[in-house]
Amino acid sequence: MSIAEPASIGDAHAGEEAPLIEMRDISIAFGGIKAVDGASVDLMPGEVVGLLGHNGAGKSTLIKILSGAYRADSGTILVNGEEASISSPRDAKRHGIETIYQTLALADNVDAAANIFLGRELLTGWGTLDDAGMESETRKVMGRLNPHFRRFKEPVKALSGGQRQSVAIARAIYFNARVLIMDEPTAALGPAETRQVAELIMQLKKQGIGIFLISHDLHDVFDLADRITVMKNGKVVGTARTADVTQDEVLGMIISGKCPPAAAAGPGALRG
Amino acid sequence: MTEVTPAPASPAQERRSLSDHLREIEFDPRMIGMVAALAVIWLGFNWLSNGAFLSSRNLWNLLVQTASIAVMACGMVLVIVTRNIDLSVGSMLGFVGMVVGVVQVQLLPGIWGFEHPATWLVSLMLAIGLGGVVGLMQGALIAYLAIPSFIVTLGGLLVWRGAAWWVTQGQTVAPMDSRFRPLGGGVDGAIGSMASWAIGLGLCLAICAAAALIRRRRKRFGFVLRPLWAEILIAALGCSAVIATVMMANSYALPAGIARRLVEAKGGTWPEGGLVIGHGLAVPVLVAIAVGIAMTFLANRVRFGRYVFAIGGNPEAAQLSGVNTRKVLMLVFGLMGALVGISACISTARLNAATNSAGTLDELYVIAAAVIGGTSLAGGVGTIAGAMLGALVMQSLQSGMVLIGVDAPLQNIVVGIVLVVAVWLDGVYRKRLS
Repeated sequence: MSIAEPASIGDAHAGEEAPLIEMRDISIAFGGIKAVDGASVDLMPGEVVGLLGHNGAGKSTLIKILSGAYRADSGTILVNGEEASISSPRDAKRHGIETIYQTLALADNVDAAANIFLGRELLTGWGTLDDAGMESETRKVMGRLNPHFRRFKEPVKALSGGQRQSVAIARAIYFNARVLIMDEPTAALGPAETRQVAELIMQLKKQGIGIFLISHDLHDVFDLADRITVMKNGKVVGTARTADVTQDEVLGMIISGKCPPAAAAGPGALRG
Repeated sequence: MTEVTPAPASPAQERRSLSDHLREIEFDPRMIGMVAALAVIWLGFNWLSNGAFLSSRNLWNLLVQTASIAVMACGMVLVIVTRNIDLSVGSMLGFVGMVVGVVQVQLLPGIWGFEHPATWLVSLMLAIGLGGVVGLMQGALIAYLAIPSFIVTLGGLLVWRGAAWWVTQGQTVAPMDSRFRPLGGGVDGAIGSMASWAIGLGLCLAICAAAALIRRRRKRFGFVLRPLWAEILIAALGCSAVIATVMMANSYALPAGIARRLVEAKGGTWPEGGLVIGHGLAVPVLVAIAVGIAMTFLANRVRFGRYVFAIGGNPEAAQLSGVNTRKVLMLVFGLMGALVGISACISTARLNAATNSAGTLDELYVIAAAVIGGTSLAGGVGTIAGAMLGALVMQSLQSGMVLIGVDAPLQNIVVGIVLVVAVWLDGVYRKRLS
């Protein structure tokens, strides 16, 4: 299986390159509750960073700020070392940031092509929708992700969980993403499909795409991620290379906020 | 890792059921069901009325009566597809109709005198513009202030009905400009046999050209094509419906006195035995067809329509995909308002008077037409053609019952029951499909 055309990113200035994404000191509050409080994370090209934490730890919220769904109250986002203003999903996509949401965020009543191109439709010279062109592109990209997929004309609600996941992934990778955000990508999948997603992540990584992987399945994250950032109560507990910490230590970070010596402690780390 | 070839465009031959076949040729089975229901209603009333229902006179009037509701139903489909509702269309129709009446009968004649050639056009544009502005206002409240559409348009129902009265303190305004009246049908609003044939043939050509064009595009990408017989059958059905309508309209003869005046005005002589001159298609029906075609194009062929359906399917997904959902929502209500403006002109012209009660209960008929036509109140599903057929079903029931002398209260009971049963059947069908 081979996924999207390799994007030529990240290999030009190895060594001195700026992080693909750097989120600095991000805060957002909803009705007085600080969902994210001074959080900082970064992502290098070709790197997988796992974001871990309990439900409500703020990891999904932090990532929705990056994907343009929410707007941060304070803090800065740097893309390739340059400050970027991301105030809508459209802005994020313009910076090559694509998101696969936990809910998949598919319009169930329209077909795969309409979903993949939603908001970025191909048009004919007359300004009308180029449905045949979009279907043709959809056949190509789906052919790589899910070669047995045939149901191009049906609304996506008629598809299986794995097929729907393929459509959501196809939408993210078709437009040559440089940064991919995957929010619980395997939560609704069976073992075989989960393995497929893991393979896909390794492949995209090889192409130099940076991936934020949000999950509360520790095993998944340990297998796939290069680094792990743990959040608790909206704050970053710490960040560590996956190789430097044990699963128990990470579990401790998640549950009690205790940062092990091998990890760089964040503002949310337990003091004393 | 090996390169896997993209999915081949032609699927392997598998065993398929009838509905699979229908789906493959992209023929909506629900549309067939609706046409069948309409046929049953028409044949039933024809039998009960001893052949009066399927007379060209009755059918011609039936189509004219359907036009106003059908135009508004086109807009209501999009409103309901986005998971909203518009209860204010009847009152808006009354308000816009009153304003148009006053402008046409009192304001414009003061500027350029009665029967000015531009009066009708100014009236029509004003109605569309005013309806559009009112719709946009309601849409802005719904989209940007997040007030439920049910509440905003329920308020609108009261506000615009009151406003309609306010325009003239309840007085009826009449008569309308003679160039405006054809919008409502009647003898003046019939375009004659020759023009009807020209339009009919034009429509047939358009149907065939569209089918050929789509087929060629799909062929170029190597997609599954409908079998040729299906393609030809569908085009033939469309063309025969058009031709049958033209023939029906042309066979409805003008009253002898008017026909005679027409002949004599052209310098001819009225023959001894009289002469049959057909009405031809009615202007409001042509307006409704034009609106239907334009709205179908908008719903299926451009980004706006795609966004409307995506919002109906999953508003959050549409927003996360970068669709400006609020703007689209506001525009949907604006469009609904503009269509109400057109319907206001049709109703006012047909009545040859603007009254503040015009359009009373129209909102319910419009919603019923959309829903009978397969629009799902859960959002995301609906077709313009279905809603127009739904309007025709509703009107057929009503005028059929008038024709066979059913009491007015009983008419309402029947229409109400049909609405409920139609939605129930649709639900049963949908469940079986999925």
